[in-house]
Amino acid sequence: MRAGHDRAAPGVTWAHLGLAWLVRRGLVVAGAVLLWQVIASGADNPFFPPPSRIASAAAQLWLSPLLVTNVLPSLARLLGGWVIAGMAGTVLGIGLGRSRMVADYLEFVLAFLRTLPPPLLVPVFMVLCGIGPTMEVTTITFGAVWPVLLNTMDGAKSVDPVTTDTARVFRVSRTRWVLGVVLPTALPKVFAGLRTSLSIALILMVISELAGSTSGIGFQLAITQGQLDLPAMWSWIILVGLLGSVLNQGLVLAERRVLAWHHERVGAR
Amino acid sequence: MSIVEVTDLGHTYGTGRAAHTALGGLSFTVDPGELVCIVGPSGCGKSTLLRCVAGLLRPSVGSVSYRGETVTAVPADLAVVFQDYGRSLLPWRTVAGNVEFPLRDRGLSAAERAARVAEALSWVGLADAAGRRPWQLSGGMQQRVCIARALAYRPAVMLMDEPFASVDAQTRADLEDLVLKLRAEADMTVLVVTHDIDESVYLADRVVVLSRSPATVVETLKVDLAGPRDQIGTRGSEAFVRLRTEVARLIRR
Ligand SMILES: Nc1ncnc2c1ncn2[C@@H]1O[C@H](COP(=O)(O)OP(=O)(O)OP(=O)(O)O)[C@@H](O)[C@H]1O
Ligand SMILES: [Mg+2]
Repeated sequence: MRAGHDRAAPGVTWAHLGLAWLVRRGLVVAGAVLLWQVIASGADNPFFPPPSRIASAAAQLWLSPLLVTNVLPSLARLLGGWVIAGMAGTVLGIGLGRSRMVADYLEFVLAFLRTLPPPLLVPVFMVLCGIGPTMEVTTITFGAVWPVLLNTMDGAKSVDPVTTDTARVFRVSRTRWVLGVVLPTALPKVFAGLRTSLSIALILMVISELAGSTSGIGFQLAITQGQLDLPAMWSWIILVGLLGSVLNQGLVLAERRVLAWHHERVGAR
Repeated sequence: MSIVEVTDLGHTYGTGRAAHTALGGLSFTVDPGELVCIVGPSGCGKSTLLRCVAGLLRPSVGSVSYRGETVTAVPADLAVVFQDYGRSLLPWRTVAGNVEFPLRDRGLSAAERAARVAEALSWVGLADAAGRRPWQLSGGMQQRVCIARALAYRPAVMLMDEPFASVDAQTRADLEDLVLKLRAEADMTVLVVTHDIDESVYLADRVVVLSRSPATVVETLKVDLAGPRDQIGTRGSEAFVRLRTEVARLIRR
């Protein structure tokens, strides 16, 4: 409630503050790029191109039809796999988190499965599903589901016993109990899981496309590397970074909306 | 016939060396429309008793019957105001949303629900706080939200566990009178746990005094005060003073 509103001095609007923040961030980035430019130009190594050359390559590439024909499939696989993982992880996590017995037996197995490095899955699913979007989406789903699943389980377990008693006394229906009590209790944890799984999904998207695909950012990375077209390769890498931060920022904004009560409450303490 | 009947109720938490007996075999009854207060030393097992009566906890020995039937689950027309009021409210719902929550599955229209919520909140003096979140309220206000939630549910039997512990003296007096008024109007049966001796005598038709842990019934006192209760008149009356002295003596024993 309070936090934020009185932070701005009189006469300073939010737009001003946002601008100031952007300018400060922009200066840091500009400084880093400048440093890179100086070092790379000095090194004069064809395998270490300066940002100016990458920028011109990127401008060329990103204006070409290659952008759409590769980014769209990648994005579809990434979001497809991640959304399936998010939904499956949330549903399974709530189910497992609320049934003590199952969770006790499965805890160990789940902890083990999670410690497996997700890229290991690529060859497994390549054999199982063949090369193509099914393999990529399956790999992403399977690798990204764990953080959501385990976090949701944790969150679902943490419903306060008094809250449980309250729901029992007022004979709240099963659906309302799950959707109206357990899910909101677990939601902060669900979002924490979703953030981790988004970065895993991005990694797996690139890796699975590198390994076997006929389109996508990872595929282009492999091609440009093969052609030793390093500025173009770098521009794809930068694109992956941009994609990751845009998606992450979107998720953070969604979380702020959905969990407004949670952030206000933590902030009010 | 009594509406609540507690027979030789005993409860032990845990087993083996960690076992702790909270209720040591106690019996009492509550008649329909009656207001019974339970007083006893801190930690003697009052909340445990209330959880057994509500059907939230299966007692180790003895039984609770509700309208003549043994309690195995929470009865349909029973509400509880929990001692841990803060943990009983949902932080993602507004005050009004919390009061409305139990009404959702009762087949009421949105308008009926809204009317009941508004009424209950105005009873406890929180009409202005309807849109706020529980964690933005003081302890006493949260406690009143819990009372409003139970009242909006329109139960036949209401169990209250230290319901006025965190409110100031004036609000407390108002809430006591509110409970008395609603009890008379709606013909509600009320069971109040309190550690406040004066409050127990002021509210109750009967006071059940419990012993130190494991709780047993020391004595059940009938409170026969003349006329309707009145914060100043009743509390100053000779009969009141005599009764509160009696309860205090029984607790100290
Ligand atoms: N879940 C539990 N597991 C083990 N022991 C418990 C549990 N709940 C309560 N107890 C113990 O049982 C005894 C009675 O607890 P209870 O909460 O019923 O007391 P109370 O009379 O309500 O206390 P207060 O006046 O402080 O509210 C206490 O000694 C307590 O430590
Ligand atoms: Mg208690």
